[in-house]
Amino acid sequence: MTTRFTKDHEWIKVEGSAGTVGITDYAQHALGDIVFVEPPEAGRVLKQGDDAAVVESVKAASEVYSPVSGTVTEGNAALADQPALVNESPEDQAWFYKLTLSAPAELDQLMDRAAYDAYVKGLE
Amino acid sequence: MGLCPKCDSDCREEPLSDPETTLLTTPLDALHRELGGKMVPFAGYAMPVQYPQGVLGEHLHTRSAAGLFDVSHMGQATIEADDPAALLEELVPGDIKGLGVGRTRYSVFTNEAGGILDDLMISKLAPGKLFLVVNAACKDADFAHLQARLGGRADIRVLADRALLALQGPKAAEVMAGLYDGAEAQPFMTIREAGVAGIPCLITRSGYTGEDGYEISVPADKAEKLARLLLGLGGVKPIGLGARDSLRLEAGLCLYGSDIDTTTTPVEGAIAWIIGKRRREQGGYPGADTVTRQLAEGAPRLRVGIRPLGRAPARAHTAITDLDGTVIGEVTSGGFGPSVDGPVAMGYVPAAFAAPGTPLRLMVRGKALEAAVAPLPFVPHHYFKG
Repeated sequence: MTTRFTKDHEWIKVEGSAGTVGITDYAQHALGDIVFVEPPEAGRVLKQGDDAAVVESVKAASEVYSPVSGTVTEGNAALADQPALVNESPEDQAWFYKLTLSAPAELDQLMDRAAYDAYVKGLE
Repeated sequence: MGLCPKCDSDCREEPLSDPETTLLTTPLDALHRELGGKMVPFAGYAMPVQYPQGVLGEHLHTRSAAGLFDVSHMGQATIEADDPAALLEELVPGDIKGLGVGRTRYSVFTNEAGGILDDLMISKLAPGKLFLVVNAACKDADFAHLQARLGGRADIRVLADRALLALQGPKAAEVMAGLYDGAEAQPFMTIREAGVAGIPCLITRSGYTGEDGYEISVPADKAEKLARLLLGLGGVKPIGLGARDSLRLEAGLCLYGSDIDTTTTPVEGAIAWIIGKRRREQGGYPGADTVTRQLAEGAPRLRVGIRPLGRAPARAHTAITDLDGTVIGEVTSGGFGPSVDGPVAMGYVPAAFAAPGTPLRLMVRGKALEAAVAPLPFVPHHYFKG
């Protein structure tokens, strides 16, 4: 299993050609209390950087960008009923969607955990 | 994901090129930072959008206990003349002559088309002296307007050396009880001059949350002392602009610049109740022709409450359509109501669509979401009527 991160604070865990996408702990902390999540529907074809999901706090809505290109296989339905899961378990239970990667080489453009941690540290 | 460098959300506002040097600060700036406030630009001021508790917690705390808000960015002024009420009635549609000493009234400045230049609170301190509180973003224009229209006949003084604190929530009266005589018994929409811990304050029983509460005008150099005193009392927590917005939205209260502006009349804005009986008959304020006609015949469109039926919030500028998909209006304020535990919004619709229960559609990210016109407020007001 490989985990990679974007500068926009999404994470993707990849096994073979199957990826799982969510937002980082830094992102959930910055957004504050999450009150609504709209994950993508299965079958949706995403290009890297596309708006893939919506996450809303009391004060604003934010787009989640797809870290890589691929076809969505499942959106996390649990988030519709429990949006606060994004605050409680951002990098585990509160995954947003799973997809089949169509261009795995895109992962090379993303950061590993150490690089992302250093990147976040630089933002503070 | 999209995170705004100013407010950490996808608010799509342009960041200021040099925010730290161009922003004004309130007398509580150091206290906000000490309390961990996340400072954002608002109406030219650095203001706390939230504290570490977060918008949701701050909102719910205000509804269950008491929240302290810094609203020092708002404009304060006095108008002194033999009969300042008669003069101010030239600019606002409210019955100001009928306002008793010690009483406070909500009103608006109108333009010649009947549009709203700003909304404001007017208090009568003495027969010859009114005290005004206006919006931060409008205050320079408001004071210029007052000076231009009334300056030759009244002494208009901008109180730039005063801060303004708001204490809001069901525990506010308990907190204030020990601080000046008669605090608990002071009725809603009245003003008192009182000393709090030796600080001369102007205290109205009013607010912008739908809860009981007080707004306290205090000399700027004593504001931090007063704020620390209040924060040290049981149940009082600091509340940022984020919760201030969600609280007032649930209370159905207008945000100037969003829900009312120069293109909306008081009738369209559903605040025609601010126009007293005598003023309805006599007019005598800018735009009275238009407003009087709308009072008689009805306005073409009205501000209404809107409840999306699902969980997705509809934010400001969301298009409102009828069931056939024709665009009939726009959301002017919208978001998630923590006390309602669901999305709430306000917006303008044609008069034929304004009855509570009328089904609407909201275009959110290309999808038509079901919604219905809802009575305002979304959360009952809890004002102290004495």
